[in-house]
Amino acid sequence: MTAQPRLSIRDIRKSFGTLEVLKGISLDARDGDVISLLGASGSGKSTFLRCINLLETPTSGRVFVDGEEIRMLQKNGKTVPASQKQVDHIRSELGMVFQSFNLWSHMTVLENVIEGPVHVLKRPKAECIAEAEALLEKVGIADKRHVYPAHMSGGQQQRAAIARALAMKPKVMLFDEPTSALDPELVGEVLRVMRALAEEGMTMLVVTHEMGFARNVSNRVVFMREGLIESSGSPEEMFGSVASPAFRQFIGHYGN
Amino acid sequence: MDLAFLSSTMLTLIAAIPMTLALFALSVSLGGMLALVVVWMRVGGNPVLAAIAKGYIFVFRGSPLLIQMFLIFYGLAQFSVIRYGPLWPLLREPFVCAVLSLALCTAGYSAEIFRGGIRAVSAKDIEAARSIGMSGPLLVRRILAPIAFRHALPAYSTEIVLMMKSTALASLVTVWEVTGVAQRLIHQTYRTMEVFLCAALIYLALNFIVLQALGLLEHRLSRHLRPVPGGR
Ligand SMILES: Nc1ncnc2c1ncn2[C@@H]1O[C@H](COP(=O)(O)OP(=O)(O)OP(=O)(O)O)[C@@H](O)[C@H]1O
Ligand SMILES: [Mg+2]
Repeated sequence: MTAQPRLSIRDIRKSFGTLEVLKGISLDARDGDVISLLGASGSGKSTFLRCINLLETPTSGRVFVDGEEIRMLQKNGKTVPASQKQVDHIRSELGMVFQSFNLWSHMTVLENVIEGPVHVLKRPKAECIAEAEALLEKVGIADKRHVYPAHMSGGQQQRAAIARALAMKPKVMLFDEPTSALDPELVGEVLRVMRALAEEGMTMLVVTHEMGFARNVSNRVVFMREGLIESSGSPEEMFGSVASPAFRQFIGHYGN
Repeated sequence: MDLAFLSSTMLTLIAAIPMTLALFALSVSLGGMLALVVVWMRVGGNPVLAAIAKGYIFVFRGSPLLIQMFLIFYGLAQFSVIRYGPLWPLLREPFVCAVLSLALCTAGYSAEIFRGGIRAVSAKDIEAARSIGMSGPLLVRRILAPIAFRHALPAYSTEIVLMMKSTALASLVTVWEVTGVAQRLIHQTYRTMEVFLCAALIYLALNFIVLQALGLLEHRLSRHLRPVPGGR
């Protein structure tokens, strides 16, 4: 059985002006893969994640979601998406969780969660509300459904943001340092939700500095350095004796 | 204090309120719609449209409303395309000229106020919307506009109150709204103080109501900023 990857990225490059941030990255995520992306600040992790759902337009390279390639074309010497409609569709299949939650502050938690299903997927509202309430139950904030984001802790907001992304029934979830903006005592509640998702078989790409998550939850660890994948492997390989010296030095900094 | 005179003056002026309100309501709504078009041109990304919008805003914010009104009222007849055009029966009406100039002017100010509101929308809110697959008109309608409007509302409220007062200028192109009627009364009675005092009271009362309504709207739209009563 050669299942086609959920997500396939081929030789992505990205430059900001003359600064080349991504220098050719390829990565496959199969169904149920949980891939931790590690790397020093400025190594291009966020840019890479944002290139996948085209929040940044890659300078070159190809992205496939469930076999569907995001079509690009050249316009005045710049690479641009060929079809905004396709980009919207692809984005609706990729859940994104941001470091600073990015909940819409003028909407309650429930309104945040149903916004996409109701207005992007155009599904019946009652159905979406029922599903949203189940999701909020799952991430443990059902009692907060009518609360505005500003009235919740960071951990609760991030769990709401995860629920918002899940409400789109994404094929892959992308996390960009989901716990980095949280007080240490709130990190655990978000990691627990992510772990539960992983155990359910969600395909996940997680930029993180949480070595515990990388080691214990993900099935693959990818180490980025200066816009390239320096090394990658199973957690056993990466945290064992065969790890590359650069990666060992990197994790040394994180005291793990 | 001549109470009999004051009350008869008040009654005469109150009879002119519908005209003031008509000027106000029409110019605020037309001006608001025009402002949306102008701000869309201004921030839409097309440099030619943006330049036109900038020019528009500069002209209507940079010159006195009174002169704009005179130019429209006395000036339009100079153009034979207009004078003999299909819209002339409308455009020669003082009321129409007054509404037109008030609307054109407030559109310039409102466009800038709306632009400020749009600029205040955080990139994070937009990215969150994009990340679930929103773009174009849907993103504007569901995320950008509601947030931008909340940011713009305090300044826009001020503009609306100013518009109520600006309707007084229509008296100078012979529209019989509250100030026009007040001046007519003064010519008849020479009792400037009392008549203008009554007129001022009327504008205060009207704006009091408008401000209450706007305050209510702002209150409703800012629930998310208030602490929850009694904890949660
Ligand atoms: N919009 C942009 N314009 C210009 N340069 C950018 C932009 N976004 C990122 N960069 C640069 O690209 C490089 C990689 O940034 P990126 O945010 O991807 O790193 P990162 O690995 O996510 O780092 P961190 O751990 O700090 O989040 C940095 O040097 C950054 O300054
Ligand atoms: Mg980053």
